[in-house]
Amino acid sequence: MGILEVKDVGKRFGGLQALSDVNLSVKENSVHAIIGPNGAGKSTLLNCLVGKLIPDTGSVMFDGQSVLGRAPYEINQMGISRVFQTPEIFGDLTVLENMMIPCFAKRDGAFELNALSAVLKQNDILERAEHMLEEMNMADKRGMHAAALSRGDKRRLEIGMCLSQEPRLLLLDEPTAGMARADTNNTIDLLKQISEERDITIAIIEHDMHVVFSLANRITVLAQGTPLVEDDPQNIRGNPKVREAYLGESA
Amino acid sequence: MFGLNKKDTSVLIIVAVMVMLAPFLLNPFPSASGLAQFNAGYPDLMQKFVIFGIFAIGFNILFGLTGYLSFGHAAFLGVGSYSCVWMFKLLGYNVLPGILLSIAVSGVFALLIGYVSLRRSGIYFSILTLAFAQMSYALAYSVLSNPKFNLTNGETGLQVYADDPQWFHNPDRLPDLPHLFGLSMRATYKLDLGAWEFQFNAGYYLCAVIMLACFYLAIRIFRSPFGMMLRAVKSNQQRMNYTGLNSRPYTLAAFVISGMYAGLAGGLLSAVDPLAGAERMQWTASGEVVLMTILGGAGTLIGPVLGAGFIKYFENIFSKINDYVLHSWFSFLPDGMEDAVVFLIHPFIGKGWHLTLGILFMLVVIFLPGGLVEGGQRLVNWIRGRKAKSSTAAHETNPAE
Amino acid sequence: MDAILLQILNGLDKGSAYALIALGLTLIFGTLGVVNFAHGALFMIGAFCAVTLQRILNLSFETVDETQTDFLGNPLKVKTPYVEAWFGPDIGGSIVDWAVPLAILFAIPIMIGVGYVMERGLIKHFYKRPHADQILVTFGLAIVLQEVVKYFYGANPIQTPAPDALNGVMNLGAVIGMDIIYPVWRVVYFAFAVLIIGGIFCFLQFTTFGMVVRAGMADRETVGLLGINIDRRFTIMFGIAAAVAGLAGVMYTPINPPNYHMGMDFLVLSFVVVVVGGMGSLPGAVLAGFLLGILESFASTTWATTTLPGINQIIIYLVAIAVLLTRPRGLMGRKGVMED
Repeated sequence: MGILEVKDVGKRFGGLQALSDVNLSVKENSVHAIIGPNGAGKSTLLNCLVGKLIPDTGSVMFDGQSVLGRAPYEINQMGISRVFQTPEIFGDLTVLENMMIPCFAKRDGAFELNALSAVLKQNDILERAEHMLEEMNMADKRGMHAAALSRGDKRRLEIGMCLSQEPRLLLLDEPTAGMARADTNNTIDLLKQISEERDITIAIIEHDMHVVFSLANRITVLAQGTPLVEDDPQNIRGNPKVREAYLGESA
Repeated sequence: MFGLNKKDTSVLIIVAVMVMLAPFLLNPFPSASGLAQFNAGYPDLMQKFVIFGIFAIGFNILFGLTGYLSFGHAAFLGVGSYSCVWMFKLLGYNVLPGILLSIAVSGVFALLIGYVSLRRSGIYFSILTLAFAQMSYALAYSVLSNPKFNLTNGETGLQVYADDPQWFHNPDRLPDLPHLFGLSMRATYKLDLGAWEFQFNAGYYLCAVIMLACFYLAIRIFRSPFGMMLRAVKSNQQRMNYTGLNSRPYTLAAFVISGMYAGLAGGLLSAVDPLAGAERMQWTASGEVVLMTILGGAGTLIGPVLGAGFIKYFENIFSKINDYVLHSWFSFLPDGMEDAVVFLIHPFIGKGWHLTLGILFMLVVIFLPGGLVEGGQRLVNWIRGRKAKSSTAAHETNPAE
Repeated sequence: MDAILLQILNGLDKGSAYALIALGLTLIFGTLGVVNFAHGALFMIGAFCAVTLQRILNLSFETVDETQTDFLGNPLKVKTPYVEAWFGPDIGGSIVDWAVPLAILFAIPIMIGVGYVMERGLIKHFYKRPHADQILVTFGLAIVLQEVVKYFYGANPIQTPAPDALNGVMNLGAVIGMDIIYPVWRVVYFAFAVLIIGGIFCFLQFTTFGMVVRAGMADRETVGLLGINIDRRFTIMFGIAAAVAGLAGVMYTPINPPNYHMGMDFLVLSFVVVVVGGMGSLPGAVLAGFLLGILESFASTTWATTTLPGINQIIIYLVAIAVLLTRPRGLMGRKGVMED
């Protein structure tokens, strides 16, 4: 029984069957990659997991509870954090403030008119935010406006924000899309370190095979809205069906 | 001090001093001189400055922090005005119950409208609030003034009549005008100093003290975790949702707070002049507070106050200028040119104030989205830049000597 | 039965105006992605094109008629419009009489020009700015245009009558054996609106220009990638939308004497219409325009206003709020347009 169980999920957009009979089981503390050619339904599937879309059929269970019909913020409170294809951060706020907001969220909101400095003294929010910034190697950028960060730093910040919520499942949507090679490698190292050091499950949607094979210990191949095969990385490499559907194109 | 950091405390103190000394500061010209018409230190206008300042500060808490552009805030202003006059009619002319009721009623009203409107965002939110305000205006103007149930007194406007109950009013002891425990809002102390005449008005000082309290509360909101959350809503609602935060309670709270500010402003308008009309709810009034906030600088602390003062001051000045005044100004020019200049300026003065305001507003939105505050900052930076340049230039030339 | 029909008909003229303005708003929003608060001002400018033409045609010179005297016994001064002097009293007289329909020809180039200048001069620079900025700058523009018109034409409504031949009433029910007395000009206005709306839809449906514009409304970036100069077409589209609003204004003048704030009055309601119809949906805008016009007319009956006083003033807003809350996309809104 995995931490995330997707059963018979189907989704239609008008005349297009985007997903059909998707079955997927993500095991706890694994790094599970979902790959597939363009238009295979990867993003649709992800959106079904986080509550942005509601599937027409099937069920999505997280840790024994259904996520369907819940708003994104409720699903997040269940322990699923999402990293977006283009980093979604609070561009107008400073890096430190960006990091403090998920810490407040953990405490369920911030309905206080006390000055920020006073609130911070009373609890460990500032401490935790700064600690996470150090872990992400961004402590020196704490006063910067987040919008002014480089692409790679934005990505680090976003991952850090997700981690400071201490989620049980981290969803990543093509985390290295549009990145330079060096940034990509940095991100891979960061994710590796996270999965090794933390008690966390990672599900990653990725196009870049280099990223997939350096991170994943389980891979599901999606083609035309339905899972083609689910297996370990070394078996996926050798699987002729996958080669035909996907790797054959890029090779 | 006051739970604020050093910079905010000094801003608050500067604003407080300026507001308290306004009767002096706004009266720089001797009353007999030709420039006396540019003075703004008389009660009517000063009251407008602070009351619309409150209105704009409140609007800024919603728009400046969360980015939700409401086009219906005048509805709360109107509701506040009506509530206050009703207290005059029922209880008597003491302003305190009226002001309190206007805050409470507008708060409830804002909660209802906000609950519905905030289910949408962006342009839909603007149109929803606009629709609500127009609906309230239509209701106040005609529907709620039928003989059976006359809540607003329609076109005439709500006012106190001789046969109103006024349960706690004692005409022997208390003035027959809005007052605070006997101190009439119209009470004005005139101080003659040389050629100058300064006026200290009770109504102004009441509004000024309330405005300072509102300003202080706004600073607290801006600097609080709550304020940070509101800025986060403006910055990226998506990330907010995916961080486990439901943005609606925050935006609703901001909406209700700013609605209460607007209601308070409306109550004070009635407190200094006990007459409430439906035109206060019209969408042009909603537009005006948007203009004030943007013109001053949305999202800044001091901007809305500046914007409100700026607009109300120039509205007053422009409506006083007429062709005769223009001719006297430009009399130094040759006759033909004088006429031409006056002819060119004529459309923008007097009743043309709205034209000037519209143009000014467009210019600000196009070239100076941060409003007067940004303009001031750019000016300071420019001067500093020049100073720095000239000093480095001096350094460079020094060795050569 | 005929009472119901009459109310439907009564709603058609306002509905036509709403539909025409909302159509232009939607075209601009769908193509350029801009929320145009100055669109009501275009409607108003159109109306004042009619006023202007009427004034031009009525430019007269004075002659003294010795044969007649006024009440003081002085010789009567007679004003003769130049047009009558040039074309003779018969043709000239009817030209003056038909000022409003003639103003259509006068208004089309003016409105396209105004639209062109507005788009190139101002709105173009706001494509990439937030919607709030677009609202604010067009709001400022609306104030400016309104005040300029007020400066030149004053604050009072200006009577602009329809031609005598179209000024009466007719019995629309005769065909079906009922008595429905209805002003002729309103029938003309409705027919005119249908013609314009039909024209726009045909234009978008059957010309290559329209096809590109529709494709651009669906997916602007892709069309841009095809190497088609979509911006230029959008500019033209803005001109057309301006012309539609302007013509709606021209023809509306006999129904309601124009004043400087008529644009704002209609704008607020037209926005509501667009939202109810669905942002970015042209058929939705037209449908919602007529529906809300008719609804407003029903709410204005004595029966409705005695049951629920003032319902006629708020019905449109109530419907809009209800629609937005239950069907956020509007009646026929497309998915993904301005949803957030």
